[in-house]
Amino acid sequence: MVTENLKAKVNNLNFYYGNTQVLKNNNLPIFEKKITALIGPSGCGKTTFLRCFNRMHDLYHNNRYEGEIILYPDNINIISPLIDPIEVRMRIGMVFQKPNPFPKSIYENIAFGLRIRGIKKKSIIDEVVEKTLKDAALWDDVRDRLHSPAFNLSGGQQQRLCIARALATNPEILLFDEPTSAIDPIATGKIEELMVELKKKVTIIIVTHNIHQAARIADYTAFMYLGEIIEFGPTEKIFTVPSDKRTELYISGKFG
Amino acid sequence: MKNQLGKIKENIIEMLLFLSAIFSIIITGSIVFILFYESIGFFKEVSIIEFLTGKEWTPLFANPKFGVLPLIAGTFLTTGIAISIALPLGLIAAIYLSEYATHRVREILKPVLEVLAAIPTVVYGYFALLFLTPLLQKFIPQISSFNALSPGIIMGIMIIPYVTSVSEDSMRAVPMHIREGSYAMGATRFQTAIKVIIPAAFSGIGAGFTLGISRAIGETMVVAIAAGMMPNFTLNPLEPVQTFTSYIVQVSLGDVPHGTLEYKTIFAAGVTLFLITLIFNIIGFWLKKRIIIRGVY
Ligand SMILES: Nc1ncnc2c1ncn2[C@@H]1O[C@H](COP(=O)(O)OP(=O)(O)O)[C@@H](O)[C@H]1O
Ligand SMILES: [Mg+2]
Repeated sequence: MVTENLKAKVNNLNFYYGNTQVLKNNNLPIFEKKITALIGPSGCGKTTFLRCFNRMHDLYHNNRYEGEIILYPDNINIISPLIDPIEVRMRIGMVFQKPNPFPKSIYENIAFGLRIRGIKKKSIIDEVVEKTLKDAALWDDVRDRLHSPAFNLSGGQQQRLCIARALATNPEILLFDEPTSAIDPIATGKIEELMVELKKKVTIIIVTHNIHQAARIADYTAFMYLGEIIEFGPTEKIFTVPSDKRTELYISGKFG
Repeated sequence: MKNQLGKIKENIIEMLLFLSAIFSIIITGSIVFILFYESIGFFKEVSIIEFLTGKEWTPLFANPKFGVLPLIAGTFLTTGIAISIALPLGLIAAIYLSEYATHRVREILKPVLEVLAAIPTVVYGYFALLFLTPLLQKFIPQISSFNALSPGIIMGIMIIPYVTSVSEDSMRAVPMHIREGSYAMGATRFQTAIKVIIPAAFSGIGAGFTLGISRAIGETMVVAIAAGMMPNFTLNPLEPVQTFTSYIVQVSLGDVPHGTLEYKTIFAAGVTLFLITLIFNIIGFWLKKRIIIRGVY
């Protein structure tokens, strides 16, 4: 664990929806080019936690962060009001629970991130579209219909398109919020393989309520309960010799 | 027994609903039928060629001319001015309300817009004639006291609420997770609105535009009051013009005897207006389909 590089570090993070505190004094290291899974029962605050990393909570009123999420190597606190959320989102991508392609063609979905960054050159966009679709294991499925609507794809394909879309802008961290909960088991397997492949290039944080998924793909796992990270460690350790009683109960399926 | 009673009740309700649907279709059908029927009488006396190509429209003169082009020009001119104001401003207002305004601001602005739509059009007409035209005359001395520009502008303002309301509804109906997808890519509010929300809400915005344009073509009072009732074959917005609708008002208000050729002109004008609106709606429908399939995707 000492030999790993830190990509981000969460220090004393609190989060409030209005007056309701949902995250309580959380601390967590995120290691570079590893998969960190966040597990815990429904409603414990996993999504809320994940959405702090790309400042999604800034989109709604009365949400409040306290504490720090330090992004390395530049040592900035990404939840600081002094940091522009758009700058954060330019560097940290997200894949949502429900596939949410834009009402555009497959091609334009992937081109979106480039276009909003001012990249117009067709040859560059073409190249990125092909490359990210290959990275997302979708190229063979869609190479003949790049200009047809993304909505025509199956759920699993749409989710892989959303992954490709996020990859197109070379994010440093990719956030996944239960990316397979709306998808069939075969498509889920493909996406899990894809995530393991992707960690060669990008740091991944995944929220899942499927503990088997965490066990299969994550290098590190954090267990969250009632807004607090109870335990964090290498996945193997969490699943074999958890140190907290609540973690043990949760992974043995006793509650949650 | 009880079950059967319920079934009879169901049947009666279904029958009533069916009858009211049929009723409205019959009414609409009858109106269209009468329009066409009465104008057949007109076209027995005036050739369609003369009607469509004539540059003079003077049915009430001693030496009547039945060229409809001045009415077409007047209608297109005032409508063109109105929609070149209403569509952009209406859409901008919709973007603001849907994507930028806070809940509180929206709660205040939406009712204001609705009030704007509830002002009687006759008020707008006099506003054009007595306020805007004199104001325009200060900047453009050669503008007539009756002209196409002033009512065109006022009609444009008048139909903004229609365009805004329908567009905004459809933009707000775009699911939040689509919006979040765009923000998560690092898009700004403006980029999200332009590149994601508008394409996603395209059919609703198209409906708003179609409604706005239909309102402009069909608007009667404002042009009748402020445009001058002068069938000029011109596209100069500074001159007085007459539209189909204001011509129909003019004849209906006068004492033209029932059944005469002059009387029948209002049906000929009505049919033409009906066909123009119909063609426009078909084009709108076709365009919408085409753009949804090709343009956006
Ligand atoms: N927008 C919101 N406003 C207020 N409370 C919320 C909001 N979103 C989530 N919550 C509450 O915060 C808690 C954590 O939710 P969430 O982060 O979605 O949990 P999880 O992803 O682990 O299921 C829940 O009690 C939920 O009801
Ligand atoms: Mg969740």
